[in-house]
Amino acid sequence: MKLQEYTISKDNFEECMKCTVCTAYCPVLQVNPLYPGPKQAGPDGERLRLKDPYFFNYALKYCMNCKRCEVACPSGVKVADLIQGARIRYDHSAPKLRDQILASTDFMGTLARPFAPIVNGVTGLGITKTVLDATLKIDHRRTFPKYSGRSFESWLKKRSVEKAQAAFQEQVAYYHGCYVNYNYPQLGKDLVKVLNALGVGVQLLEKEKCCGIAMITNGMSAKAAKNAAHNVEVLGKAMDKGLKVVTTSSTCTLTIRDEYPNLLGVDNSAIRDSLMMATRFIYEKLEKGATLKFKADYHLKVAYHTPCHMEKLGWGVFSERLLSMIPGVEFTMLDSACCGIAGTYGFKKENYNQSQAIGTALFDQIKMVNPDVVACDCETCKWQIEMSTGYKVMNPISILAEALE
Amino acid sequence: MKFDTVIMGGGLAGLVAGISLQQAGKSTAIVSMGQNSLHFFSGSFESMTEPPQRVADLFKDAGIGLHYRPGVRLMPLGTFKESAMSLEDIELFPSEKFARRVLIVNFQGYHDFFSSFIAEGLEKKGMQCRIRFINIPDIDPTHQAPGEMRSVQIARTMDRIWEKVVQEIRLLLKDEDAVILPQVFGLQDISVPGRIRQSLPAKVVFVGTMPPSVPGVRTQMLLKKRYQLLGGTYLMGDEAIKAHVHEGVVHSVVTRNLDSHYLEASNFILATGGLFSKGLVSNPFQLYEPVFGLDVEFAQDRNTWYNPAFKEDQPYMGYGVKADEKLHGLVEGKPLQNLYAIGSILGATHPELGSGAGLAINSALVAVDQILSEK
Repeated sequence: MKLQEYTISKDNFEECMKCTVCTAYCPVLQVNPLYPGPKQAGPDGERLRLKDPYFFNYALKYCMNCKRCEVACPSGVKVADLIQGARIRYDHSAPKLRDQILASTDFMGTLARPFAPIVNGVTGLGITKTVLDATLKIDHRRTFPKYSGRSFESWLKKRSVEKAQAAFQEQVAYYHGCYVNYNYPQLGKDLVKVLNALGVGVQLLEKEKCCGIAMITNGMSAKAAKNAAHNVEVLGKAMDKGLKVVTTSSTCTLTIRDEYPNLLGVDNSAIRDSLMMATRFIYEKLEKGATLKFKADYHLKVAYHTPCHMEKLGWGVFSERLLSMIPGVEFTMLDSACCGIAGTYGFKKENYNQSQAIGTALFDQIKMVNPDVVACDCETCKWQIEMSTGYKVMNPISILAEALE
Repeated sequence: MKFDTVIMGGGLAGLVAGISLQQAGKSTAIVSMGQNSLHFFSGSFESMTEPPQRVADLFKDAGIGLHYRPGVRLMPLGTFKESAMSLEDIELFPSEKFARRVLIVNFQGYHDFFSSFIAEGLEKKGMQCRIRFINIPDIDPTHQAPGEMRSVQIARTMDRIWEKVVQEIRLLLKDEDAVILPQVFGLQDISVPGRIRQSLPAKVVFVGTMPPSVPGVRTQMLLKKRYQLLGGTYLMGDEAIKAHVHEGVVHSVVTRNLDSHYLEASNFILATGGLFSKGLVSNPFQLYEPVFGLDVEFAQDRNTWYNPAFKEDQPYMGYGVKADEKLHGLVEGKPLQNLYAIGSILGATHPELGSGAGLAINSALVAVDQILSEK
């Protein structure tokens, strides 16, 4: 019995029985013949790579890290970790300038924020898109996320806001991530509104950093590991103060919980359980008897899209249940399918067409359901779905906030 | 989170139980660790010995047509097997010699379909065979990734271009009265196999490929969709790892993803499958059931678990958890009162329920009926 414990690899790759189920669920394989598919890129390839790194295949870069292969695997093989792990270990080519720019979400946010109106105006221009496309190979058909003039952190640090939050007896810390801080502080404000309605005050962590997912997928894992070590430390400090940490982004959450130890080798065991999606935190509060007062005349037709990383977390059920319990919400669960953006992946010129092709099934279903809004817990899915379907996308937290009396 | 019934395992047994309970107005959750044996489904429900209208209705409501006609069907390696209830894709013949001359069609570059074996098998039964490969550029990525030309990939394209294939076959057909095709049709559009049958002047027989099974994947998608439409909660990619049991009653289960958030219910169904699906786990010394620690029937001498003659019956395939006649799982001989073990985790411990897909459905209905008869 002991023997087996020592002979099982951390990615479970020897458990692969070559059943090929993962290949049926890989969104990339369906549209890109250059990609060898999760089975070959993952456990099959690993067997060869362990013999000789010569067998590393650069086509592994087409993997979007959506983790659908892992969710589908009946044998518990961490297929996506094997693929991303191989990219980290064997692909030593320096990341392109474009990839560095796309991956540095917090750095770009800090730069762009003070000039938000100008930056937003400029990135919306056709000429800028043409130039970016030609020089950096960032696809000109993409809509760029807008920057906010005031960061979420600075809003929460306003004396009046901070004081109001401190007045609540129960406190949580909020890992807001780059998107809420630089692009869309409203989501953070919505969370504060909902949590306050439950009698919970919100505070910042002691200077969080970007979770690092875009760095991991863009060949900058050393930098990602630094961010990871920093975040584990600040999350630990929050834990020491007895604080739970809530999040509103499924990808940041998955990265901190799973990618830190599995891909970056950063031990997060001390803080892993203290971090949870705000939807789960709120659901558990309500289950224990807390109540929220909703508007009497609220009506919204909502179609919920489970982001790939939410699917992997297995916590979509909390969003689904919260939305369904709002009086006046007409809820539809969309078929679980990748929207195709995969963070920075879909911004790259070479991936644009595939990215859109992957999302087609989801876009078609949304148009068929014809909801008032699409709900989803991921910022990049939001950009992709809004750009590709024209439907408005809201985080479940924002819908909760809007429905509150 | 509270439900009326929590079902562990999202394969055929779990889905049939889930759909039946949801239909009866119960709230259920299915915890499914990865995809399941439906991905290896032959399309025939072995050991369903009578035509159960209830099962046909359940599948029909999910958009899946079944037919019942006791006879034989052609297997992927050219042998025949007795069958009765099958998906509509599967042709059932009154006798093995179903044609005089047979055209076997495969796609260039597709290695998961064994045309020569099939031809050999049919010729033994007195049928003349001709094998032809057709070249469909739309599905031929062979120059780029030869290993991944898989049934499901081809099937996605076939939903769009099946008419092209029909045209090619019309040109190839001479005096054959039957055409054999790999089972790569009708993944999303379930009407395709039927339309192919109508457009060819010969009997069309779809024969299984290497996994994933296209009719199986489709069946899984449609049953899951039906379950969710009825309001069921399908927790994909999650796994029950532990249970809280007190005095023979299960109170809740712990899952890997939901960790401290337990799933509570009045009844629990264990449909986690056999060794393949990790419902049963083996190590060098024993076979065990990892969630509840149910008693397992297996031979003590590990050397007798398998038969070195690969094609013979393998004893390990019959091993399963012990359950009383009501299918309550046993721990140290005593039943857990609100736990039902169904599907292949039973192995051959309840032979009266059949094997394979038949066992999955029969045992699921036994459990469902008891749960619904509770006051």
